[in-house]
Amino acid sequence: MRSDHKYILQMIDPNSHVLDLGCGDGELLSMLMKQKNCRAAGIEIDEKEIYKCVERGVSVSHGDIDSGLADYSDKRFDYVILNESLQEVMNPDKVIAEALRVGKKVIVGIPNFCNLNARLQIFFLGRVPVTEGLPYKWYNTPNLRFLSIKDFRDFCLDRSITIEKECALNAKGEIIFAHNLFSDIAIFLISKASVK
Amino acid sequence: MPQQFIETQYFTFAQAPNELVLKSGIKLGPVTLAYETYGLLNADKSNAILIFHALTGDAHAAGWHKESKTAGWWDPMIGPGKAFDTDKYFIICANVLGGCKGSTGPSSINPVTGNPYGLSFPVITIEDMVVSQKYLIDHLGIKKLLAVSGGSMGGLMALEWSVRFPDSIQSAILIATNYKHTAQQIALHEVARQAIMSDPNWNKGDYYGKELPAQGMAVSRMIGHITYMSERSMEEKFGRKLQDKEKVGYDFSQDFEVESYLRYRGASFVQRFDANSYLYLSKALDYFDLSEGTDLVGAFKGIQTKFLIITFTSDWLYPSYQSKDIVRAMKSNDLDVSFIEIDTSYGHDSFLVEIEGQSKLVSHFLNNVVRK
Repeated sequence: MRSDHKYILQMIDPNSHVLDLGCGDGELLSMLMKQKNCRAAGIEIDEKEIYKCVERGVSVSHGDIDSGLADYSDKRFDYVILNESLQEVMNPDKVIAEALRVGKKVIVGIPNFCNLNARLQIFFLGRVPVTEGLPYKWYNTPNLRFLSIKDFRDFCLDRSITIEKECALNAKGEIIFAHNLFSDIAIFLISKASVK
Repeated sequence: MPQQFIETQYFTFAQAPNELVLKSGIKLGPVTLAYETYGLLNADKSNAILIFHALTGDAHAAGWHKESKTAGWWDPMIGPGKAFDTDKYFIICANVLGGCKGSTGPSSINPVTGNPYGLSFPVITIEDMVVSQKYLIDHLGIKKLLAVSGGSMGGLMALEWSVRFPDSIQSAILIATNYKHTAQQIALHEVARQAIMSDPNWNKGDYYGKELPAQGMAVSRMIGHITYMSERSMEEKFGRKLQDKEKVGYDFSQDFEVESYLRYRGASFVQRFDANSYLYLSKALDYFDLSEGTDLVGAFKGIQTKFLIITFTSDWLYPSYQSKDIVRAMKSNDLDVSFIEIDTSYGHDSFLVEIEGQSKLVSHFLNNVVRK
């Protein structure tokens, strides 16, 4: 099992209603359905992945996350997942706000652009870094946004979003110390009290 | 196993005084539906799938008739090991009410007069077509269908069925369809209808046993065919290729291959379809509006059906955004719906020819409906 999936699975309570934005081939949602008895739905932009979702029995909608979640009423889902997809959206601010509107809690998984490896590559090689979490070259990356763990914390602080959990990972597993320096990816469990 | 020939069957109901009450309030009876079945109904009658055909389709969805040289209209999708797998499922397809392929329609004999109905046939709606097929399913003793499915007009029928008889199905597969006809869709139909009705041979619908309104039928079919393709698929298929000549003729004879294709399609249509049926069915499509008297979100209240909705990028007759509206309304009702827009250049016809992607989706979707 992918380590990010393992930690996301741990964050989600059984029997929850889950929406995965950028659900890919539906592997994570399928595990949530089987192992945690969750009700699951996904949104995915890549046609090829939709076939795999349908094969797994995951309900999926073909579309892009940027066009919004207007179909869903407030706090419809227990969890909304944005794993490895936030950095690819045009308008992350709006997507996060919408995810927090329709979900009681939101799980965000991001690649960490500022880990030690990346910093060394920039400093010593003078080149845009290629790392475990960001395996692309500048010309073929699907990523539109480059952020670090600290950047995401600042983002949440500015918007009064509560970070309930933060889990930092690299190839070896969970990082306990200096998340922003050592992790390839990070997973946040966030929430926001609804504004009346 | 050797291929078995398919035979069309007939079911007659709504005998006086229990005629079918149409949406318009008019009573119609007796009603005959022509239908075919493929595969075997299991002991608890839980493996039945009802397929609806498109505007000019018929009950012959799959397999071969003994006398015919062509397979059913959705044969690549229905059969042993295919998407609608007849080794597992019992597939039913009926010619719609108002049609001309064995079911009661304007070309049928009115039992009161002994003559074809013609324009005395009552105007029918998508709702009437669906209700009449529910009689057939009841007659076959099937309480709950595994699925209803169809493309184009068939998709509208599957959609109507899913809100009218939600407890009678587990799932619905809607392909290249819509929930109400837009002004453009009505306009295209109106041109096709006017082509038929302006043919002197149409004679206010009274042409049976006389000269057929062949020219009007041909023109209406040409328009239809243009709307079923996309600009790209026409360009790929015909381009500016000339038909049986090296140079253009500088006259009004046939120059381009696309002209020849449309003329051929138009001319052959009059042989296989009834002009009045075309008028009635196209009108039924135009009348349909699932959001009538409510809104689309309200239409899906209280439904538990699992949906698969398929559209095609190049379909400009039933563009994807119309299905996306359906998906949105279903999601507002917390329905279990999957939606995919298949990237293809075949236009509206894709539901008949884009088999590979549809097959994967349909077979896997049905597997998961059964598993549930």
